[in-house]
Amino acid sequence: MTRLPAPWGQWIDRGQDISFTFEGRKITAHPGDSVASALLANGQRLIGRSFKYHRPRGIFSAAGWDANTLVQTGSKPNVNAERLLAVDGLSVSAVNYAGSLDRDWGRLVEKFSKLLAAGFYYKTFFTPRIAWKFWEPVIRHMAGLGRVDEKAPHAYYDKEYLFADVAVVGAGPAGLSAALEAARTGASVLLIDEEPEIGGSLNWARDGSDDLKNRVRAEKGIEILTGACVQALFDDNWLEIVKGNRLYKLRAKAVVAATGCYWLPMVFRHNDLPGVMLGSALQRLLRLWGVAPGKRAVVATANDEGYAVALDLADAGIEVAAISDLRPHRDEGRFAQEAGKRGMRILQGAAPFEAHEKNNRLASVDLVQAASGQFQERIDCDLLALSAGRIPASGLLSHAGAKFAHEAHMDLPSALPAHLFAAGSVNGRFSLASALADGALAGALAAKDAGFAAEIPPSVGRDALGVTHPWPIITHPKGMEFVDLDEDVQVKDIQASMADGYEHIQLLKRYSTSGMGPSQGKLFWPHVQRLMAKAKGVTPAEIGASTIRPPMGGETLGHLAGRAFEPVRLSAMHKRHLELGAVMMPAGAWMRPAYYGSDERAIDQEAKAVRDGVGLIDVSTLGGLDVRGPDAAVFLERLYTWTYAKLAVGRARYVLMCDQTGVVIDDGVAARLHEQHFYVTATTSGVDRVFRLMQWYNAQWRLRVDIAQVTSAYAAVNLAGPKARDVLARAGTDIDIKKEAFPYLGVRQGLVAGIPVRILRIGFVGELGYEIHCPAQYGEALWDGLMAAGQDFGIAPFGVEAQRILRLEKGHIIIGQDTDALTHPFEIGMDWAVKMDKPFFAGQAALRAHLEKAPVRKLVGFALENDKGPLPKECHLVIEKGDIAGRLTSVVRSPSLGRVIGMAFVKPEQAGLGNLFDIRVDGGAMVQARVVALPFYDPKSQRQEM
Amino acid sequence: MPLVLLKHALGFARPQRQIPASRELKPSYDVVIVGGGGHGLAAAYYLAKDWGITNVAVLEKGWLGGGNTARNTAIVRSNYITPEGVRFYKESMELFETLSQELDFNVMYTKRGHLTLAHTDAAMRTMRWRAEVNKHLGVASEIVGADEVARIEPKLNMSRQVRWPILGALHHPVGATARHDAVAWGYARRAAERGVEIHQETEVTGFDVEGDRITAVQTTRGRVACGQVLQAVAGMSSKVAGMAGVKLPIRTIPLQACVSQPLKPFLDSIIVSGSLHCYIWQSQRGECVMGGAVDPYPLQAPRSTLDFKEGLMAHMLELFPYLADVPLMRQWAGMADMTPDFSPVMGKTSLENHYIDAGWGTWGFKATPVCGKRMAECVATQKVPDILQAFRFDRFKSFDQVGEAGAASVGT
Repeated sequence: MTRLPAPWGQWIDRGQDISFTFEGRKITAHPGDSVASALLANGQRLIGRSFKYHRPRGIFSAAGWDANTLVQTGSKPNVNAERLLAVDGLSVSAVNYAGSLDRDWGRLVEKFSKLLAAGFYYKTFFTPRIAWKFWEPVIRHMAGLGRVDEKAPHAYYDKEYLFADVAVVGAGPAGLSAALEAARTGASVLLIDEEPEIGGSLNWARDGSDDLKNRVRAEKGIEILTGACVQALFDDNWLEIVKGNRLYKLRAKAVVAATGCYWLPMVFRHNDLPGVMLGSALQRLLRLWGVAPGKRAVVATANDEGYAVALDLADAGIEVAAISDLRPHRDEGRFAQEAGKRGMRILQGAAPFEAHEKNNRLASVDLVQAASGQFQERIDCDLLALSAGRIPASGLLSHAGAKFAHEAHMDLPSALPAHLFAAGSVNGRFSLASALADGALAGALAAKDAGFAAEIPPSVGRDALGVTHPWPIITHPKGMEFVDLDEDVQVKDIQASMADGYEHIQLLKRYSTSGMGPSQGKLFWPHVQRLMAKAKGVTPAEIGASTIRPPMGGETLGHLAGRAFEPVRLSAMHKRHLELGAVMMPAGAWMRPAYYGSDERAIDQEAKAVRDGVGLIDVSTLGGLDVRGPDAAVFLERLYTWTYAKLAVGRARYVLMCDQTGVVIDDGVAARLHEQHFYVTATTSGVDRVFRLMQWYNAQWRLRVDIAQVTSAYAAVNLAGPKARDVLARAGTDIDIKKEAFPYLGVRQGLVAGIPVRILRIGFVGELGYEIHCPAQYGEALWDGLMAAGQDFGIAPFGVEAQRILRLEKGHIIIGQDTDALTHPFEIGMDWAVKMDKPFFAGQAALRAHLEKAPVRKLVGFALENDKGPLPKECHLVIEKGDIAGRLTSVVRSPSLGRVIGMAFVKPEQAGLGNLFDIRVDGGAMVQARVVALPFYDPKSQRQEM
Repeated sequence: MPLVLLKHALGFARPQRQIPASRELKPSYDVVIVGGGGHGLAAAYYLAKDWGITNVAVLEKGWLGGGNTARNTAIVRSNYITPEGVRFYKESMELFETLSQELDFNVMYTKRGHLTLAHTDAAMRTMRWRAEVNKHLGVASEIVGADEVARIEPKLNMSRQVRWPILGALHHPVGATARHDAVAWGYARRAAERGVEIHQETEVTGFDVEGDRITAVQTTRGRVACGQVLQAVAGMSSKVAGMAGVKLPIRTIPLQACVSQPLKPFLDSIIVSGSLHCYIWQSQRGECVMGGAVDPYPLQAPRSTLDFKEGLMAHMLELFPYLADVPLMRQWAGMADMTPDFSPVMGKTSLENHYIDAGWGTWGFKATPVCGKRMAECVATQKVPDILQAFRFDRFKSFDQVGEAGAASVGT
């Protein structure tokens, strides 16, 4: 491992050695190294293979701006080695090669590159039809980079919320300046940067300094979040930030985007070889990690920054063989002048034409006259630094809907949404002085926007001219000038796409796949834009910019998922159910006992116990809603189909809710506890929707009611069976429970087993029954009290399965099972619960329309003709003359009746009592069923009124 | 290596321009199609091919296929719940089967198998309903238990120790994907070959209506007189119909999706979970294409949100825990025109010469070929074909709905 002496390598701790493996080879590193910098320090230039042609690739940006250095670490695919901190013991491997990284036979594809122009796969592989079946898997296996490890456990990620008056994204000169200025007003400032340390280019550019960084660190009003990448800026300044395995969600009153610029690549033949790098990459390698990435360099430049790179290289002891300046005239910038003074070899008007490869890396470069294309010379070198200009890193601005204008050969922001400010080079201020001034302005404006008294400093104009070269593209007759390194898109691919007619930037992107790779074209769009403009004979401004979509890079599915908090709701009696051996099943967000015991035979026994003696079921999951206020009855009149205005206090009535198209969406019971107070139940899975609708409606109606969802405030049981009254008496109650005193559909409040309760005497399973609601904290005690009281009467707990049977025997429908997304009350025999002559209720207008047309189906009860044959299942179809006539919605073998019964939608003409219809069961056989009257059990419904 | 590539490479066969260059608008057309997405372009192609009607202009306000054609997640299936829906999508899949050959353009129609997972008894019942209706109409579709699910897609997490264990699934072995952009491009190219004019960056700004007819279409590039008008502008249906004074029973709600970075192939099937509101498949490029339910509120803007990604991935990792470390690459949104019954609206409107192709919610891409073909028939014959009857515009007035909520990709 070779390193430059300090002060080069300011981020590494030379005192310590750590090691990791790459492709099985041991790599020594220092704390502070990125995996990429350590690899280079160990002489490992080849880090990956390209997507399409499997060309050798190494560090290009040293900042994670491209996909060249995507690697695999353990179960993590597509990790950018330039952004991955080297830690001891890490195991890293390269991706997308066949054979070995050094000798990748996948590169054979490059030999056929002439055949594989943009969009080639649209033109072939489909004749004959069977061909695609063969080619599709081939293409799939060629594509993709990293691998998922199907054995890997769900990795740990978590989330945290953050708040700030002013969020400053990017801690380069402009961001630091903005943060200081905003903090001066008293605003709380959060300064976020993806690098391990604040400073941005101050850390690695030739004229960096520490003064500003130190002032920011000393400022109490600034909180610093480094190593944190802002992935997206969503509406209302909602920022998504990823750091390590944590997702931060930041709400900021104002945001300053000081996100800087990427360096613009140059396009020429073999511009992708390891050793060809952006000038900024070289400066980063030298200053941050002390890595000298080569011995002999050529610097290709089109601005003064390139000379700074050359000077840095020379200072680090790397021979600068030549500076090839694309421009015809000498640069008057201070770095160019210094390079001149030092006698560096400057080739004015020269451009790189072709890089040559040896051992998977750069060996030499051919330079040509930029103006004439005439060959100038070949220079042996192992480094080629590129400095063609800048690309504003405007991703976050784009997410927020900023507008851009083409200026000085860049897309710079021209209009920003409210509460968002741009500063520094992303905003066209390139010199250090103007970036600082622009940052201060943005910081003050942001603080003012966030409500703080701020002095607004003067604004400085843009100094973007001369930064970016209009055409750093040197085409070669043999091609392989890469426009997009991620996707191996060459100049000819853009030209071919244009020729094929894909002339809109969005069409071209999709057809050529340029910008579709892991880095989403960050470094490559400007060249696509230039090439399109040239092919079309228009200006790049007319081509426009492509939309940059979130995320910016490095956000994983785990970051988004966080720790999975999927709620499970348990009733107050849950422990008792488990003690009784209940098999639990999900019911909405709740768990409920399906049945008690080791096998499903228990279900019939539970049902029988209820019919013959007494049973107890936990119905705590039923929704509970308190509706209170002077207009409570009016409110229910409007919401539900039946009528409640005249319901007496102390009485309960069925409720049925329709949506505005008349579709049945929920049911339950309304118990009138007071003139102005109804306790309304709803289905387990429907209550949230009902509660939402209640609020939604009343936001419009403005009735004087207060609505509260009290589901979890109460536990409830249903005590049902001929001996229910005896059990209640034994449990002890201060309520007069004699039949005359507490009749069917009565509602009473009092004590049971010493516990305050509301009791609703409702049918439920068609037996004498009491639905007893009590504060949830007494749920277990109520259960225990009733079970103990019922012991002598043979009380049996029963679960959802027995409940389904018992309720079906009574012909009760289950909303969502016996109804579907179009079911209205009249086709399920619910006419009795719909009062059409009310002035209004939700869904009434639609139901009027339904009444005017012929019905299309009818829900009927049926009994199977032959119980011995194959049994139908729910949702098997009713078939008439070979066509679908309906479907079964519920079916059970009734223990009380000893036969198979159920409910089915049939055509109206099939619905007559005694009619036979056919059901197609599994395997296609037909079974016959006969329409019978509902309810199946206790047709006169006397038992529930006992 | 296929011969055609060699011919192109060696210059023996110069590839023809696929998307026509822009040109002047003519003063009038027999048919003006508003919307240059997959549906509009398909209709244009079939008008020309099946009915010889070529004096047709397709007007697109942006770029070809730039609306929901570009934004959908490219799944094709026919395992719907209503007989009307199943018949319609079945015909669409039959057209997809030979679409590459028909268009001489590889739309990459790939059968992968489609599993709609059930995590509750109720979901299993709905799956059986769909399977029974599907089989009745000749669509390959079967309800399968957990063991069979594990056999069909071994990459799924079948653990019982999760919040919503997989109990079974609706298996649709012919469920497929196609390259969505290519479908639009292929139709555009073939339509243009037959003389249809395609005008990009030409926005319709209004209609001239006289009595019950549209006489002309106003655009950002001037006025064009028209014989008949077909609108196929998913996401903007209400707005465009509104310009003609036609009110639609549609609410527009954003629908979001995202893709991961490219990975080596690991997942063959299309996996959908209605209860967990998520779906995933892995594209030919190696990207995991993922999406969920529509956003919780109506909005006529393709806005991406963080909420969407968070909710989606929490559930996705229940099904595929090992994807936690996979980087997401891109997220986006489209606008879904939701109808009350989750079925599209096709056919004539209250105007004499205004045809509508709308209400495509989350199910529009897979209908591209059949909708194009049948809407072309509708416009050409001025009669609504039988297969479209159930989807007529005025069905909501009479509550003759086609209830597909139970078969929407991931619920509501």
